[in-house]
Amino acid sequence: MIAMKTLYLIVPLAPLAGAIVAGLFGRAIGRAGAHWVTILSVAISFAASCAIFADVSAGHGFNGTVYTWLASGGTRFEIGFLIDRLTVLMMVVVTFVSLMVHIYTVGYMADDPGYQRFFSYISLFTFSMLMLVMSNNFLQLFFGWEAVGLVSYLLIGFWYTRPSAIYASLKAFLVNRVGDFGFLLGIALILSQFGSLDYASVFSQAPGAASGMTLICLLLFVGAMGKSAQFPLHVWLPDSMEGPTPISALIHAATMVTAGIFMVARMSPLFELSQTARSVVMVIGAITALFMALVAVTQYDIKRVIAYSTLSQLGYMTVALGASAYSVGIFHLMTHAFFKAVLFLGAGSVIIALHHEQDMRRMGGLRKYMPITYLTMLIGALANAGLPPFAGFFSKDAILEAVQASHASGAGFAYAALLLGVFFGGLYSFRLVFYAFHGEPRMDAHTRAHLKESPWVVTLPLVLLAIPSVAAGWWIGPIVFGDYFGSSIVQRFHEEYHGVWSFMLQGIAAAPFWFGLAGAGLAGYLYLYRTDLPKKIALALGPIYALVNQKYGVDELNEWLFARGARLLGTGLWKGGDEAVIDGVLVNGSARVVGWVASVVRLFQSGLVYQYAFTMLIGVVLLTYFFLRT
Amino acid sequence: MPSLVSITLFLPLLGALLVMALRKAPAQVVHSIGIVVSGLTLTGAVLMWSRGVNETGFAQLEQFDWMPAIGAAYRVGVDGISLPLVLLSALLFFVTFIYSAKVRERSHAYVVLLLLLETAAIGTFTALDAILFYVFFEVSLVSMYFMIAGWGHEDRQRAALMFFLYTLLGSLPLLLAILGLYLGSDPHTFDMRVWIDKPPLTGTAAMPALVAMLFTFAVKTPVFPFHTWLPAAHVQAPAAGSVILAGVMLKFGTYGLIRFALQMTPGAFRDAGIAILVLGVVSALYGAFAALAQSDLKRLIAYTSVNHMGYIIVGVAIAALALDPAIRATALDGSVLQMVSHGLVTGALFFLVGMLQDRARTREMDRFGGLLKVTPLLGWSFVLAAFASLGLPGLAHFPAEFQIFLATLRVEPVADVVILGIVITAGLYLKAISRVFLGEPREQWAGMADLNVREVLALGPLLILIIALGIAPAWVLDIIHQTTAALRF
Repeated sequence: MIAMKTLYLIVPLAPLAGAIVAGLFGRAIGRAGAHWVTILSVAISFAASCAIFADVSAGHGFNGTVYTWLASGGTRFEIGFLIDRLTVLMMVVVTFVSLMVHIYTVGYMADDPGYQRFFSYISLFTFSMLMLVMSNNFLQLFFGWEAVGLVSYLLIGFWYTRPSAIYASLKAFLVNRVGDFGFLLGIALILSQFGSLDYASVFSQAPGAASGMTLICLLLFVGAMGKSAQFPLHVWLPDSMEGPTPISALIHAATMVTAGIFMVARMSPLFELSQTARSVVMVIGAITALFMALVAVTQYDIKRVIAYSTLSQLGYMTVALGASAYSVGIFHLMTHAFFKAVLFLGAGSVIIALHHEQDMRRMGGLRKYMPITYLTMLIGALANAGLPPFAGFFSKDAILEAVQASHASGAGFAYAALLLGVFFGGLYSFRLVFYAFHGEPRMDAHTRAHLKESPWVVTLPLVLLAIPSVAAGWWIGPIVFGDYFGSSIVQRFHEEYHGVWSFMLQGIAAAPFWFGLAGAGLAGYLYLYRTDLPKKIALALGPIYALVNQKYGVDELNEWLFARGARLLGTGLWKGGDEAVIDGVLVNGSARVVGWVASVVRLFQSGLVYQYAFTMLIGVVLLTYFFLRT
Repeated sequence: MPSLVSITLFLPLLGALLVMALRKAPAQVVHSIGIVVSGLTLTGAVLMWSRGVNETGFAQLEQFDWMPAIGAAYRVGVDGISLPLVLLSALLFFVTFIYSAKVRERSHAYVVLLLLLETAAIGTFTALDAILFYVFFEVSLVSMYFMIAGWGHEDRQRAALMFFLYTLLGSLPLLLAILGLYLGSDPHTFDMRVWIDKPPLTGTAAMPALVAMLFTFAVKTPVFPFHTWLPAAHVQAPAAGSVILAGVMLKFGTYGLIRFALQMTPGAFRDAGIAILVLGVVSALYGAFAALAQSDLKRLIAYTSVNHMGYIIVGVAIAALALDPAIRATALDGSVLQMVSHGLVTGALFFLVGMLQDRARTREMDRFGGLLKVTPLLGWSFVLAAFASLGLPGLAHFPAEFQIFLATLRVEPVADVVILGIVITAGLYLKAISRVFLGEPREQWAGMADLNVREVLALGPLLILIIALGIAPAWVLDIIHQTTAALRF
């Protein structure tokens, strides 16, 4: 299987090569050169991923080392690949969405002076994400983890002259560092407990050490909370919308933020050993799913609505993991990657058509001007709201079924939260569609006169992503209920399954569907017919609305408690510790003491030589005695 | 024919004599001599590296009598702990000479001092005789004092004096400890190898010697609360002085901590291990928080040195406390590698701040802004070095700190609170990057020139090694590990 091994290497290395060429020689190869080289390299990577997918589906696989990073104290830290069914699914999703976003960027960033740099970054991101999902050990996982975080930092701050972008990038990196703190501790704990960082070796030993597993799993999950933006570490994701829209789709919706979900699924043999950890995961996920959906209803910035929607959807995935339905979580990860990419890229299409207007209050009626964008966005919204037969319906329904079937503590709360979340999901999804695409146009006359559909490089990716947003749900049979994942993750979730149609019929008969429909219907009523009502409702709800609209004040709390606290502590230590105590009291104080001692010692300086000699003799005797007395 | 170690060690001294002889030579010639001599020294160090070390004590030994009556001799050699530091020193001096080629103010004296300092530095790391070690250790002090006092910034006299007094007073206890070890050895000798193989002081007599050594090396490293001279000295020192001070001279402290304190009084070190560990943890966190409060870019980097050196103290303390030789080796591997990484990363950062100060005549972060657009090469270099310093995987600090954390977790898990430092340092570096390099460029700095060839040549090797060490740490660790794996105490 030499040929296959070469393919494994090509998948991550092609985008890396593209990134290096576009990044270092961007000026020499020009704008077209930069986009061609990166698009081609990602296309190669996608094709190779598909070939590997076919190969793995045929029953092959790989788990081995390609490079030894360092060996220390009997442990070897290596770079290696684990190619199984979970991995290839992620590889195909990542490279596909990445390819679409690369193509889309040609249109979206056409006028940007940092064109080549942008292509270099997104290719670098693709490389890092692939290294993360293809890893066969925790250390490489952490490397990829940090690398995607770094590229995310660079991309959020891509327009580095804007203060808001600088602040957002800094915040994203720092919040993720808090998560990393836990993640790194978890990894170190694994190493000290099992003496290895290799997945296979850790998984095989884990059942023997179940007692320490809760702590390990919780620490790993802290890392996942940072990367996958779970409450209360979610604060960075809405701000990350300061980055260009293509990366909001690629990094902050489809791929990087799902790294935490992927990681927990990958670690399913560990999480299965701790019911406590899974309950925590489920509750955190449920809180995120419901409360972020609520915030999405109150936002007017089109990208922020989608960002909060992403947070909520990530919460759904997390709940699925907590309910031991790992395959369902990954399935929702996949469908979400498609329809959320559509929503973001569609929003981007609207934003460029309106000359960088993001406020939905100045949109409206766009469906007449941008039919392709409208249709694809509609598909995305339908999928996001979880209505049949769109992809989101299948994955979301399966999650709710799994939670309903779970007996873990917290499952009841999680089910209620998710059900309510579905209602608000329907509401915010269609609020967005109706606000932006229906009703009277509310933009100024000049903008309106120039409104037109985006160029094909923008609409083609939209269409290509809309197709799986419809169709991907139909793979529920093999992926969730069949044996697609095999032994690559633990599978505990088993339900009766009689094909797509009966699943749909069952779904229509169940509560979640009606909650989602009700939300969508309410959106229609509020934003198409009684457009005066939303304001009144907001006024009537008063403080509650304000609390939600202010995102529950988490940002303010962080800023006040942690950021200010650390700064105060730093200043306190420096001014108080260094300058006042150490230099002021100790150093200058000892200088004073020396002065005082000197004045005393002066008394001994009698000028009599025999006195000096005698004193020296006593000193030498004492010293010698001291050192030799043992 | 003297050995390679001795040639490498005394080449800079010969260069210094040559410069002194050529009194009338123009500045360019003098600087060329500096660059060539330090380049040859670097070649010597690379050759030493290629000869490697062995698992039984010291390699590449040379010895001849000096003061036979008292058992002092000229003894030099290297092991896996000192050899990486020799190479690091030779490299840092070489790039410092390149960077300094612009100095026109008393360039003769400047080059002579720097060359003297190089011999002193390499001597400190290669000496295997306690008297010889002490001589080199003290000579370095004098050279650095004159560097700060002669070519420093606005408040240099005070800073130089503070540096001198602190480290001079700081090194006196070491002399006492050396005397104690000498008197305790039988027959009396200053041979450090003998002291390491068979620690001369045991039981209660070892503790005062350890305390004395700890005091000296804590001042030198520096460890909280003996660190206040460091920010003062760094802020006032010329960029080249800061690079050498942080990159090379701080390592005297941690090197001494391992070579003397840990290896010559191992029992006492183990007894005091917890106290030393606490000191390391406090130092690392204190340095990080204090750095967060700074607005002067140079002082900020100086305080992060306190943070990074704190990790080394933690690593050495853990090595002393560890019972399992494999964990001990991991802790020491991490600590020694951390010295190398810190030399490269902080060296690069101090160069960059120096380059900024050369252009803008200020170090206040708030007075900059938007420089990434004006000077992209300088800006990206800073971003790279800063991310290395905050411990990003794939760059130089991560493999070192990771090993220290791992060993710590297996010996004293509580002490792993030091990892909190990575959050704080991330915050302060991102803040620094955003204040200085991001945002709209200011009118005032619109004409600022990007890095010139000389600066690229000085920085380039460091940045390349920062990446190389992060991606492939094995080539350095293999040398370190040969010694740390064989240590028995």
